[in-house]
Amino acid sequence: MADMKIGAYICKGCGIAERLDTKSLVSVATRDGKAAIGREHDFLCNADGVAMIQQDIDGEGVNRVVIVGCSRRAKTEAFSFEGVTLSRANLREGVIWVRPDTDEARETTQEMAEDYVRMACAEAKFLKVPESSGEQGLLRRIMVVGGGVSGMTAALEAAKAGYEVVLVEKAGQLGGVAAQMYKRVPAKNGRQGPVDPEVEKMVHAIESLPSIKVHLNTTVAKTSGAPGRFKVELATESGSSSEAEVGAIVQATGFVPYDINKLPELGGGKSPDVVDQLGFEMLAKAANGGPIKRPSDGKEVGNVVFVQCAGQRSEAPGHLPYCSGHCCTTSIKQAMYVKAAGGDATVLFDDLRTPGATGEDFYRAGQEAGVTFSKGQVSSVEVAGGEVKVSFKDLILNEEAVDNADMVVLATGMVPMSGPDPYLMLDLESARGQNDTARVADLEAQLEGGFPSVLNLDYRQGTDVPHLKHGFTDSHFICFPYESRRTGVYTAGPVRRPMDMAQAMEDATGAALKAIQACENAALGRAAHPRSGDLSFPKFRMEGCTQCKRCTVECPFGAINEDEKRYPLFNEARCRRCGTCMGACPVRVISFENYSVETVGQQLKAVDMPDEFSEKPRLLVLACENDAYPALDMAGMTHQEYSAYVRVIPVRCLGSVNTIWITDALNSGYDGVMLMGCQKGDNYQCHFVKGSEMAHYRMSKIDDTLSQLNLEKERVQTFEVSITDIERIPKIINDMAELIGQIGMSPFKF
Amino acid sequence: MTQMNQAMIEKYRSSFLKEVETNVEEGHWVKMCMQCGVCSGSCPLGPHWEHPPQEIFMMIRANKRDEVLKSSSMWFCTSCYNCIARCPRGLPITHIMHGLASYSKKLGLAPKSQPTESFGQIFWNSIASNGRVNELKIGLALQFKDGFGQGVKNAMAQKDLGMAMMKTKRMNPMEFFGGHTCKDKSGIARMLKKAQEVEDQHIANYGAGK
Repeated sequence: MADMKIGAYICKGCGIAERLDTKSLVSVATRDGKAAIGREHDFLCNADGVAMIQQDIDGEGVNRVVIVGCSRRAKTEAFSFEGVTLSRANLREGVIWVRPDTDEARETTQEMAEDYVRMACAEAKFLKVPESSGEQGLLRRIMVVGGGVSGMTAALEAAKAGYEVVLVEKAGQLGGVAAQMYKRVPAKNGRQGPVDPEVEKMVHAIESLPSIKVHLNTTVAKTSGAPGRFKVELATESGSSSEAEVGAIVQATGFVPYDINKLPELGGGKSPDVVDQLGFEMLAKAANGGPIKRPSDGKEVGNVVFVQCAGQRSEAPGHLPYCSGHCCTTSIKQAMYVKAAGGDATVLFDDLRTPGATGEDFYRAGQEAGVTFSKGQVSSVEVAGGEVKVSFKDLILNEEAVDNADMVVLATGMVPMSGPDPYLMLDLESARGQNDTARVADLEAQLEGGFPSVLNLDYRQGTDVPHLKHGFTDSHFICFPYESRRTGVYTAGPVRRPMDMAQAMEDATGAALKAIQACENAALGRAAHPRSGDLSFPKFRMEGCTQCKRCTVECPFGAINEDEKRYPLFNEARCRRCGTCMGACPVRVISFENYSVETVGQQLKAVDMPDEFSEKPRLLVLACENDAYPALDMAGMTHQEYSAYVRVIPVRCLGSVNTIWITDALNSGYDGVMLMGCQKGDNYQCHFVKGSEMAHYRMSKIDDTLSQLNLEKERVQTFEVSITDIERIPKIINDMAELIGQIGMSPFKF
Repeated sequence: MTQMNQAMIEKYRSSFLKEVETNVEEGHWVKMCMQCGVCSGSCPLGPHWEHPPQEIFMMIRANKRDEVLKSSSMWFCTSCYNCIARCPRGLPITHIMHGLASYSKKLGLAPKSQPTESFGQIFWNSIASNGRVNELKIGLALQFKDGFGQGVKNAMAQKDLGMAMMKTKRMNPMEFFGGHTCKDKSGIARMLKKAQEVEDQHIANYGAGK
């Protein structure tokens, strides 16, 4: 594309021509926007309109297409042209649908539309068609770490899809926790009661498949590379090591039960007759259908009490604050073992939760088998004279009660077997470097009791997949739960969130498919969620780079390493294309071919700025394309009105907002700047995890710039919005416009 | 009756739930209660029950035999069927309540002079002997159930209602002397005898089934 040739196409459909002077829009495009070709069409997205554009591309050499009509989120299939860039000016959802159809409003509405045409043409000048990085390679092999039910499911599913699998298990046999089970809660038809876990069948299936290579007694010593070209070093217990190349990784390292020795008030560790669920499961397996014998004296158990929520769903220090989800059905299952062997079983619960399609039926099966369920809060479990005395408060009858049992089973929670949180490890390293003993002690306390690294990632941002809370690995729970914060590494099973066997198998199937998708994406240079299919990737101007490391540190996905000369190494296949590095770069050397400091910077400068005395302020809205921009579109569809003085520019993520845009906007006379991104924090909705948080942090430092320019700090504001805020967003825009009316126009208009 | 009570105590020493399952109509449903409390919340008389249905079920499982069987609770049920309609587990709660009431009466444990219980007995006596309900006699028997003095007070309090009923031919004072009966009184007696046999068999079957 040596010569740039802009073709601007103005659609007159959907009421645009009735509300706006489209002729003058054409002349704005050709005169101000420097479009070589400007055309109107009555119905641009129909076959005739699209053919007209294609004709110009083929015949006239148009290589920068500007569509002036509906939102960039509409008609994407119609407006999809090969080998050219595409800019969209949103006159439908963004202008005519949010403005009243009145004579007074006509002038400002037309101005709004003309500015969007100028902005789209300005963007077009700086867009490029993404080109291949040359990094791509197709490797149809995945590594699964963990040989439990989740790991085996992922391996089998990947193998069924024609992929090779490297299955790594640190123990001497496959099966994990499920191999220790007598029976399981069924995945279908809960009424049938406990069923065989069929772990041997899975192990056998894996062993019979030549495409699955099992490494027992093995751990991962090092993982480097990127999706499509991971290099892993495997170390066996005996000291030998081997290497493998894989396209993607599934981490299914499972869980360990919470240590009952931490629950002495519930008799944990005080008697062999007080066990956790896994302990009772092993007794049941040993009994194999016969009467279960208790560990202390081998007596056949007549009465077993199951204490739910032991050390979990509790805010007490050292307890697990979350519900592990499987323990109620597991206790029902084990109580049914006792009933089947002729004993009595009581389940003491606070809230009995039986998730999953079969949960409720399984509960009924337990009730039909005669298991007693009591809503009660256990205050103590004491061992005396061959009996275990369980004191509890009956919450229905509101009285203290005692149950004397032969054995007590504590339903403790799941502790995820994730590696250490990489960011805590990095903090610890730097605290040690700075001899900050207090911080070192604090971090060591946080990391205490954790597990050694699982993947030993050779990444700038630490060895393992980042956590969200309580050691569970982070993922975008609402929109794409399988993606972790390390592209191409998928966590599955209880390491991701507490879950039962049926859920873990489903989760592992999903993870296997995502891993396959990661391999295929890597081969084509395409991004994963949420910019799936995007071919652009960050490039940087090495001669401008100051090696400040902000991009390598702030990338939410740990995609950027440092090369031996300490320049950033972008690893395209690990990149999610959010642009947080671009927003971070203080010298603005990082850009994407179709998204850069220029493509946005030139748009905001292209706006026609009325002078200080015109009483027409200008507000810039930088809206996250994932939630805020769709919400603005929906505000249009539902005809919410907002100020005609705003100019909205969609951004990939608030994290990609470089502070230069704010400075540029203020210098070119904007009276206010609004940033709209997703919710941040622990319950984040940011599609790039940390982007919104980074933006809020960076904008908290913008006050210096404002005071240097002698401007009020209210002129720049950052908002957390969600996709459902279709009424709130117009309101905050209007409030901002009102606020600007109060504090007055910016003095920076020329 | 007390003898039967003793026998039952001996037989089901450890488990009142089993006793209920075996001897109370629809009692086998009790274990299926999941303690959500919708029944208690739906009952129009709920706040007046000593132990609402949810608690009754819990007490049965907690082996509180005397507290349940001597309670006035199940006698409060008016058979509105709200609880049955709403129970997410489909328990026939109304029937269980009547079953419990009937069982406690059989064992001689029902609370003395509980109005519903007394009314039931009076109604039964009337209809079982004549095959027809004698409204005058039932009314009088109810009014005088707590003694003569109280009966006179009750009757005086309701005299306007009584006069109005007589005026509109809703109540005939001559009913006091005998009253109307059905055509075939012995047939009714035979029918009731047969019904008693059927119910005994029904209960025996429950026992055998469990």
